Amino acid sequence: MDRRTTIKWMLAASVSMPLLGRGVIGVTAVSALPQGQGYGSDPDLTKIFRPGDLWPLILTPAQRRTAAALCDVIIPADSVSPSATSVGVVDFLAEWVSAPYPHQQTDRPIILDGLAWMDAEGLRRFGKEFAALKDTQQHLICDDICFEPRAQPAFAQAARFFARYRDLTAGGYYSTPVGRKDLQYIGNVALKSFEGPPLDLLQKLGLSPEQMPRG
Amino acid sequence: MPFLTPATLNKSYDVIVVGSGAAGGQSAYTLSMEGAKVLMLEAGRKYTPETETPMFQTPEQGPLRGASTPNKPFGFYDATIDGGWEVPGEPYVQSTHDAAGRFDWWRARMLGGRTNHWGRISLRNGPYDFKAHTRDGLGFDWPLSYADLAPYYDKVELLVGIYGSNDGLENTPDSAPGCLLPPPKPIVSDLLIAQRARRLGVPVIAGHRAVLTRQLDFKTSPARLHPGNPTAQMIIAADMQRRAACIWATPCGRGCSIRANYQSTTVHLPPALATGNLDIVTDAMAHEITLGKHGLASGVSFIDKTTGKQYHAAARVVVLAASSCETVRILLNSKSARFPSGLANSSGKVGRYLMDTVGSSLSGQIPLLENLPPLNEDGASESHVYAPWWLYREQLAGKLGFARGYHIEFGGGRRMPDLGTLAGIEWLTGGSYGKKFKDDARRYYGSFVGFDGRGEMIANKGSYCEIDPQMKDKFGIPVLRFHWKWSEHETRQAAHMQQTFKEIIEAMGGRVHGEAQTDGAKAISAGGSIIHEVGGAIMGKKATTSVTNRWGQTWDVKNVFLADGAVFPSNADKNPTLTIMALAWRAADHILDMLRRKDL
Repeated sequence: MDRRTTIKWMLAASVSMPLLGRGVIGVTAVSALPQGQGYGSDPDLTKIFRPGDLWPLILTPAQRRTAAALCDVIIPADSVSPSATSVGVVDFLAEWVSAPYPHQQTDRPIILDGLAWMDAEGLRRFGKEFAALKDTQQHLICDDICFEPRAQPAFAQAARFFARYRDLTAGGYYSTPVGRKDLQYIGNVALKSFEGPPLDLLQKLGLSPEQMPRG
Repeated sequence: MPFLTPATLNKSYDVIVVGSGAAGGQSAYTLSMEGAKVLMLEAGRKYTPETETPMFQTPEQGPLRGASTPNKPFGFYDATIDGGWEVPGEPYVQSTHDAAGRFDWWRARMLGGRTNHWGRISLRNGPYDFKAHTRDGLGFDWPLSYADLAPYYDKVELLVGIYGSNDGLENTPDSAPGCLLPPPKPIVSDLLIAQRARRLGVPVIAGHRAVLTRQLDFKTSPARLHPGNPTAQMIIAADMQRRAACIWATPCGRGCSIRANYQSTTVHLPPALATGNLDIVTDAMAHEITLGKHGLASGVSFIDKTTGKQYHAAARVVVLAASSCETVRILLNSKSARFPSGLANSSGKVGRYLMDTVGSSLSGQIPLLENLPPLNEDGASESHVYAPWWLYREQLAGKLGFARGYHIEFGGGRRMPDLGTLAGIEWLTGGSYGKKFKDDARRYYGSFVGFDGRGEMIANKGSYCEIDPQMKDKFGIPVLRFHWKWSEHETRQAAHMQQTFKEIIEAMGGRVHGEAQTDGAKAISAGGSIIHEVGGAIMGKKATTSVTNRWGQTWDVKNVFLADGAVFPSNADKNPTLTIMALAWRAADHILDMLRRKDL
């Protein structure tokens, strides 16, 4: 998969991606970004960045509490790997909604309104904010909004939020060392040679080395 | 000292090369290795892949998990710096609000230009591609044939290192013996695609990419590259030994600190600098070719971006290799009494016949690829295999409804997870969350395949660029305005791609993600977005209908040469970079001949 396609998938998965400024229509110059925001066009690519290093994080303690609870409903600990909050996904989400870029600024109200809705819905149904609910109560709410095509009209907007939130939580989780280990990604290490897939696997799949292109 | 400031330039050079990417790098390499004194002007900053490349960095070490932003449109770790679809302070203008008429222009203001991040797919144009007009009556023929360029394809492959195989397929040329490096072994999804696509009649063969699958042949290649030139042979033999072979990790698009793939900065420039014949000035924004006596070019005017001051460099020959559109911009901005509408533009063809590649994509999910055991499928990043165009006969017989072909690039495998890897999978999971979602993620990870069609666009009168009458960049240099139009040859081709991809996905027992688009106008990627823009100053047989002759030498000014994609009279489905390098080498040989004969 080349880089363009990966990016296209990523964007397709997000809601209402605004058209980024590419070229100027007519004669009015527009800049894609306000001056001096973001990391600029020549950041140090070998430096390690942490959420909060580049722009202030806007989530309040209350928003973080709700965000954390929802992250761990989506990716809880299981026998293989720990939960989303334990690997810093809330910090990543805070970095994301606080970022000065158009894509993230589009996500910001979706995420913040969504988190507020989760609390309001917890209060409405069970008299408590989302983070204070029992697991079963949290699941009752999430079951109503976890799949947009099947959500009741009253939950349509919350379902769109949930889909976006799940994508960000999963993205934030599986792009960490813990997430890579969970998926059994074993690359990004230097090898002396590239041997291709093992023969027994190919046989199991009905493939054979004879089908390999000629070298 | 090879990296100079504008104040320390020599009084005059044999050749000024504007640009440092594939065309500029190849021009400077060939000229300096053969003894010419060369000055390279690069608009971006100096860039050092050995120390600046983010090898092995993982997404959580970068901002936003490495996501794409307007500052880094191909992701944080993409090698492009000071570039992308927008360059701050350097706008360009769209002529229309209509999405079908837009042209997206990717630039990289850095030493080595776009070669630092490119896909490295390196395909030769075939014999038909040089004589397409003769074959079907559309577009333009090249004023040279495949046989003219074949020796230069051989040389470029030997020099930069291209893996691939010789398969003897129609219009998909074989290389001379010893030119290609062995292709990497296919990954699981490649083999499954190959098996099922072949059942549909689609050939699948080894990809061709500029990655060293083993060390270059430093013992025999130097003599093939520089016959009769022992100094050049010694320099390139030494440099070939300093380039490491691929270590099968970290994406090529980040660049390569061990010099295992082709970037101008790691392959062309080091040996060229080692000759002592090449000076480079970075942050030098070239904007005008100046005219001297006898109607010849006298040099190049540029702005030193670090001080804002104007400078002039003098030379016997000027080679523009600034990328197709920037080369056009420099010509159009070089106005004089003799050339009121831009240098070398007596034909009125400068800016005309801009082309990109037709692009269309589709992805699918393949149950057979679910729950595979852990496999390291990083390989050489991409394109261990591909499908060259296969329907030549049907097309010539008029059965397809579009006149030119496309090839298919495949994606798949257990790649390093990033933000997009498990995004939007509710079409498979029905919206799972919790432990079920984690199980689903393990099941579906690595089971996706993607198809990218890359097809030929035929030059047309509606796709061109010109100088905008009002807008200037931050240096005060007038900017380009783009006009774009696809014909039905392109949109129907894009629809055909979608249908082919759907058939392959289904032949693999898979499910298409979304729908295969039947409306070609919706299936086709925006103009410019494949970043294969060529044309704009095409070569031809006559001074009235083209800008340069078959050497890239402008008809109007005999010491001005165009070495980049601007001279392409047609844009075959084959990715243009290898052809750009072969043409640049050939043009440089011609310049050297003329310099020796004192003809310039």
